[in-house]
Amino acid sequence: MTAFDGRAVIAGIGQTEFSKDSGRSTMQLAAEASLLAIRDAGLDPAAIDGMVTFSLDTNDELTLMRSLGVPNLRFAARTRGGGGGACATVQLAAAAVASGQANAVLVYRAFNERSGHRFGQPHPRPPDPTWNLYKTFGLDTPAKIYGLMFQRYMTTYGLTNEDFGRYTVVARDWAATNPTAWFHGRPITIDDHQASRWIVEPIIRLLDCCQESDGGVAIVVTTAERAADLDARAVTIEGASQGQLLGGDELFGYYHDDLAWFPEAHALSTELLRQADLTHGDIDVAMIYENFSPIVFMQLESLGFCGPGEARDFIVDGHIGRGGSLPVNPNGGLLGEAYIHGMNNITEAVRQVRGTAANQVDDVEHVLVSAGRSGLILGR
Amino acid sequence: MISPPVPSFDDAHFWDGARAGEIRVQRCSECGEIRHPPAPMCAACNSTRWEPHALDGRGTIYSWIVSRHPSEPDTEARIVVLVELAEGVRVVSNLIGTPVEEIEVGRAVEAVFVEQETFTLPQFRVVAP
Repeated sequence: MTAFDGRAVIAGIGQTEFSKDSGRSTMQLAAEASLLAIRDAGLDPAAIDGMVTFSLDTNDELTLMRSLGVPNLRFAARTRGGGGGACATVQLAAAAVASGQANAVLVYRAFNERSGHRFGQPHPRPPDPTWNLYKTFGLDTPAKIYGLMFQRYMTTYGLTNEDFGRYTVVARDWAATNPTAWFHGRPITIDDHQASRWIVEPIIRLLDCCQESDGGVAIVVTTAERAADLDARAVTIEGASQGQLLGGDELFGYYHDDLAWFPEAHALSTELLRQADLTHGDIDVAMIYENFSPIVFMQLESLGFCGPGEARDFIVDGHIGRGGSLPVNPNGGLLGEAYIHGMNNITEAVRQVRGTAANQVDDVEHVLVSAGRSGLILGR
Repeated sequence: MISPPVPSFDDAHFWDGARAGEIRVQRCSECGEIRHPPAPMCAACNSTRWEPHALDGRGTIYSWIVSRHPSEPDTEARIVVLVELAEGVRVVSNLIGTPVEEIEVGRAVEAVFVEQETFTLPQFRVVAP
């Protein structure tokens, strides 16, 4: 048994180059990535009848239609929140094609997040008054906001910032041999990590942070039936869910009982594995959203790939790197490849299942993609 | 200068409380449940009737960071703390009067109220064990 009875598939993926200064509009990035994904699916833009992107995306669907030449959109939807909702884009698209509300849904996300608006910079005072309780005390960047949770995790399990650097070293090792990664050919050592400047003392250094990137990523979701008629390598959406719990908050998540635990990720993996009728041992590769390196530790534990407090040893023992039992983010992830709001981790999952990744893992049947609050299991 | 909050219907009680020298949170008028951060409805009984409720102002440090780069008001580093108050709710605030190297999760703290130009900022300081 799989989600949507196996009727929802990813038929095409596309992406622009990942850079720090794209030199063109975000709409052009969206259009370029979209066209590549549509062609990869063996379709023409005229076949697209649905679109999904982030609520935060600035590229309007109707404007994108005008570039691509999409004549008729029957379905358009947007996800809640930020990167935590990355996988919800594919969930919405899959729900649409499985229910017949659309037949071929284009999922896209494009921005100039380095040369244009940078998420890592202090947040301008937003209209939402809930920021009163945080920004007034100095919490104005994602690094600081998440830092309060990460500090609690460190304290609970006796970790240091150097421990978090063990993830970065692995991510940069993967990126070093991925030609599309910004950090292609540039591996680092733990000493390099420890020499990078503090962003939030004593928790996050520069090399714990995801990149700020310019670029676009697109995905085409359609039915298994349609894909069978196309010249495409379709990947089955075996599980698709969001995990949102009472008392949670995507930024200021300070109110669950134990902040060393990520209950949304736990609920998410439980539901994904249930939908796909799989166990942790069936997962060959994990793609784990990382705004900052500590969130990988917390997700490895809360997703259930190791026990509470065991992520450090799991990483140091080599499980997530080359030849490991659970390769994690073999594209280099959002630290090593690029930060396209988590969408480039979904396209890497598709490549791993297809067998076409730069750092291809052997015999991949099932890939779990976690954005912490939304996730997917993709399979053959 | 720290930019002032822009209170709304749902959190004005917190800032009014600070001006009066109290940490105030919402208490449900129906079932008595206290809640923070603010919400217009009680998740336990769904009542929209509530009143401001003053807490004792004592608690412990649940987590903390050094807030430096690149915040506009922070020419000096500020310590941001997540305080677990005795009544069981957590609030974000700043720790004052303690050097970074002496900050520890679990230390007992109490609220103090620092006047700004147009509002009062609730802060915390370590209390002797």
